[in-house]
Amino acid sequence: MMGSRKLLIFGGMAFAAVGMLYGLQYALLVEHQTLDQMGGSLAQAFTAAASRNPGQAQAALEQYGETKYDYVRQVDAHSHWIGLAMLMMVLGLIFERVNFSEGIRQLVAFSLLAGSALFPLAVIVQTYHHGAVVLQALAVIGSGLVIAALAATAWGFARPRPAALP
Amino acid sequence: MPAIPRPLPDRASFAPASSASGFAPTFASGFTKMSARRLYIFGGIALIAGGLLFGDIFAVFILHQNAARQGEALIAASRAVATGDAAAVNEIFGHLGNVLEDRGTKVDAHVHMIGAGYLAVLLALVQPYIALSRQTKKSLAALFIAGGVFLPVGIFLIHYLGLTGSPFSAIGWASVLADSAGGLLIVVLILQAWGFWKHVRSRQLSEPELPDEDSMPRRALLTGGTILVLLGFLHGAYYAGALLYEHERMETTILQRLISSASAGNLDAATTEVNNFGNLAGARAVNIAAHSHIIEFGLLAMLLSFVQPFVFLSEKWKRRWVKLLLGGAVILPVFVLLELKFGLVAGGIADIGGLMVLVGLVGMLVGILRYSGGLDFAENDLAKAVAGEDAR
Repeated sequence: MMGSRKLLIFGGMAFAAVGMLYGLQYALLVEHQTLDQMGGSLAQAFTAAASRNPGQAQAALEQYGETKYDYVRQVDAHSHWIGLAMLMMVLGLIFERVNFSEGIRQLVAFSLLAGSALFPLAVIVQTYHHGAVVLQALAVIGSGLVIAALAATAWGFARPRPAALP
Repeated sequence: MPAIPRPLPDRASFAPASSASGFAPTFASGFTKMSARRLYIFGGIALIAGGLLFGDIFAVFILHQNAARQGEALIAASRAVATGDAAAVNEIFGHLGNVLEDRGTKVDAHVHMIGAGYLAVLLALVQPYIALSRQTKKSLAALFIAGGVFLPVGIFLIHYLGLTGSPFSAIGWASVLADSAGGLLIVVLILQAWGFWKHVRSRQLSEPELPDEDSMPRRALLTGGTILVLLGFLHGAYYAGALLYEHERMETTILQRLISSASAGNLDAATTEVNNFGNLAGARAVNIAAHSHIIEFGLLAMLLSFVQPFVFLSEKWKRRWVKLLLGGAVILPVFVLLELKFGLVAGGIADIGGLMVLVGLVGMLVGILRYSGGLDFAENDLAKAVAGEDAR
């Protein structure tokens, strides 16, 4: 089996396990509490407004916004890790049909691997540093690596097979 | 390390000429009765089809009604704020939480069922590279399919069982079922990775590799799938870069205006803000749904390209199912996005797109059932013939 295929299949299996383990621990230890907190903050904002306490209503609304910001990113990171893992494994099975030299295939596979690791990781870390531009930039770079690798793969599938390739 | 199974004798081999050009003679032996590969393919496609059907039913009968109930609850909450009735607000939010849980668990059940199905089909494809005994692989396949069934069932039941009879403060028995099933999937996946590691070290195949068939249905699914995934990533990147943060800011702003209007007793303005909130939720939902569905369908098309040699149908029918599936895979996400402009008409067309994918998938499953039925028949025929010769 070629190095690029091994990279994709091994990397895909590892990411699928990481994504699932992360999702499991999140569902067991964090999700229910987060959902309670999110719903509770929104309810508290309206209750405080009904009690004519605008300051408390505003604070509760901000709490709701921050909790939802975290929740959306935690769930997204989990699902993107598993989705990217499946994509890597599927591509790993047919990567010899990407009509480039093995060196370029390894570069494309590494780009997909690096992007698939970086993109969800940067999204998760954003929950600890809301609005951090560096982390947003890392997420963009990660997704850019995935898109570039995927475009190269599509091109490799469509390209005629060079005679030099086995 | 089990050796590659011996090919069946010529008279027992089952190689449907119409569907399996370039079919390796040893390949049928990797698809024997109750083999891991067969369990993964049947179980996986059944899970995907079940998840799609559930998603379509949810979209038609629950989604829009649920959104309307959320809007009604927010309007009632704004009225309670206007009259200064804090107790009523609490009661309304208890009800709203229930409505959101109803929606959320159904979406999650749909997504997890399809996700487990994808993984099952994927595991069917990597079986030659999993260096474990045939019996172990079969047991792992049965456990994986069981986990793939119980995970969405558990998630679905969370809303209905709640904390009934649970010793935990926040987790009910349905969550325990779902989490245990998720844990089972993880264990199976880790064992598969271990089997793959053993294969890499020994460099021996445990069963025949997939045939390198170069047919039109396979090429169309592979190319179409890659393009769909790429389009989905581009749309996701656009959404994350241009809309996600803006939508998050807008949500807080709308809620602030809603509370201020209700506190000031301006009920018309509060109702307008509830409508704005609903529109924003709709915009987020359709963008996320379009992004995830186009990628999922792309991945599905790529996965199905591998199982085409097992689809025992005429070339004409195989092409029909592929066209139907790819057509639906484009129609659903495009019309989900158009729901913002054209409302329920676009939503209805999107549902038809989902149905097209489902019908294409079931059509292929029928072809695979025919293939395996033929294979089993040939095996039984051979066993009878051998028994007859022995008797003579």
